Amino acid sequence: MQVKTLARSLAVALSLAVLAGCSSTGGTQDGDSYGSQSGSGVGTSTSGAGTGGQYGSSTGGANQQADSRIPEVRTIYFDFDRDTIKSDYESVVMAHARYLRANPNARVVLHGHTDERGTREYNMALGERRANAVQRFLNSQGVSPSQMSVVSYGEERPAVRGSSEEAYSQNRRVVFNY
Amino acid sequence: MQALRNVCLGCLLLLVSSLANAQNLTIEITRGSDQALPIGVVPFGGGDGLSEDVAQIVQDDLERSGFFAPIERGSMFERPTQSQDVQFGTWRSLDVRYLVVGRAEPANGGVRLQFELMDISGQRRMLTETVNANANDLRGAAHYISDQIFEEITGIRGAFSTRIAYVTSQGVGDNMQFGLYVADADGHNPQQVLTSDQPIMSPAWSPDGRKLAYVSFETERPAIYIQDVGSGQRVMATSFDGINGAPAWSPDGRRLAMSLSKDGQPEIYIMDIANRSIERITQSNSIDTEPSWAPDGRSIIFTSDRSGGPQIYQYTLGGGEAQRLTFTGNYNARAQYSPDGDQLFLIHRSNRGYQVARQDSDGGRLVVLSDSTRDESPSVAPNGTMVLFATQQGNNGVLSAVSADGRSSFRLPAAQGDIRDPAWSPFLN
Repeated sequence: MQVKTLARSLAVALSLAVLAGCSSTGGTQDGDSYGSQSGSGVGTSTSGAGTGGQYGSSTGGANQQADSRIPEVRTIYFDFDRDTIKSDYESVVMAHARYLRANPNARVVLHGHTDERGTREYNMALGERRANAVQRFLNSQGVSPSQMSVVSYGEERPAVRGSSEEAYSQNRRVVFNY
Repeated sequence: MQALRNVCLGCLLLLVSSLANAQNLTIEITRGSDQALPIGVVPFGGGDGLSEDVAQIVQDDLERSGFFAPIERGSMFERPTQSQDVQFGTWRSLDVRYLVVGRAEPANGGVRLQFELMDISGQRRMLTETVNANANDLRGAAHYISDQIFEEITGIRGAFSTRIAYVTSQGVGDNMQFGLYVADADGHNPQQVLTSDQPIMSPAWSPDGRKLAYVSFETERPAIYIQDVGSGQRVMATSFDGINGAPAWSPDGRRLAMSLSKDGQPEIYIMDIANRSIERITQSNSIDTEPSWAPDGRSIIFTSDRSGGPQIYQYTLGGGEAQRLTFTGNYNARAQYSPDGDQLFLIHRSNRGYQVARQDSDGGRLVVLSDSTRDESPSVAPNGTMVLFATQQGNNGVLSAVSADGRSSFRLPAAQGDIRDPAWSPFLN
């Protein structure tokens, strides 16, 4: 079930609009599928790409199908030194909330990560803050606390090596692990 | 309360070995001090058949310290092996202030090393000593000689016979391999003491130099372990919900300060190692982590973002509010006292990046020491002369060190992968 790290990175490289709208009804996996199913997302996106209204009508049916399986997008990304869930990713978190509500036996471990800058233990705390923010959001959407736990990895498990802003932005993330 | 748990060695994902050898780290001097003292270390007589070049090891030690600028062997047109053969004029003409001569001879199955330290301008012998070494521990004997020479000239105890611990990693994301190593202070004789496919962090030496406390994620969450370096035996000290991080031994070795987030935000706690009781030290709605003890054991400094960004605070045991110590810039973290308690070494975010810096512990000006800009995990030598830290060279994590005055520095690159989280041991002899 584990989404491959490289695939996650590829997914980011694709348009944010696609990511934002993607609670995905497709059964295939990983980054390759995003390009071909860009029209199938659920319209809760607040991204500026203008896809939200277009797909609004498909919400009901797509949701029911999506709620029976773990949402494919399992990583959301954060700004530097921030634990705010960006509006681009609210739809992703909402999709996980729906899945967890629909599947009370499902358990998710939220892995918080940071980029490499700054000290390791302080980053451990920042990673936990990010994962906690997602946990609070899920809880506010009616997900039971017993279904969620948090583990921060700080900067210890970068998704991408390197010290470019591109690498940093892909390492500041929370991953949903089922 | 967390019960003491014995953890089996060699579990599924884990191999513990004190015998696994790895590649030596090779030192590169990156900055020499203009105040370094010129010294000559003449190749030892009778040393040709030995497995190690003792004089070269001594020379490298002295150069690495930043206090000395050894002259090259090629410029030594005389090679005396005892003091009565030293022509002072020869060495004065080479602008040498001090000279080390010596000789090796077999003795009782080992090697007898006799060395003499000469003051060239004073035309006198400062030191002479005979060292009986095991043939397989010539490096240890050489570091001992370096310690004697260093202390005789500078008045500061040498730290060449100490060790360092550090963490290695390879791979990315879900496919990574981590190692915890212990090596000589010059990067030689690395021994792997733990390996895991989950992160290992924050090794900290006990004050007697026999144990390491560290964080391991081998159970897929962080827990603090205490491991005997010699035997590999270890115990799990904490595995509370949330972060179990940043272990720091009290100077008496009886307590472990740490950061735990079991009650919400990460807070500083002190554990009594003997009975496992814990006491919460900080009460703030913020991140409190990276505790470090004052040398007198009466206070703890730590990183807190209670003012917005990370800054260093001091808490005096027995009560009172924590006092903020750093005010320069908006990011100061991971502070550690100098052994005399007069100064703090920490990571400071400057306009250039994250750098090793020094500040008087009673306030005062903050001075950036390193040239690099992606630094972390400063660890002070037990004699206070150098700070070992982790930084980046290209895309690789490497260890680097800078003198406490910022004048000299060296680097310890890894053969492959990343190397970070260094911890300099206390004096071991």
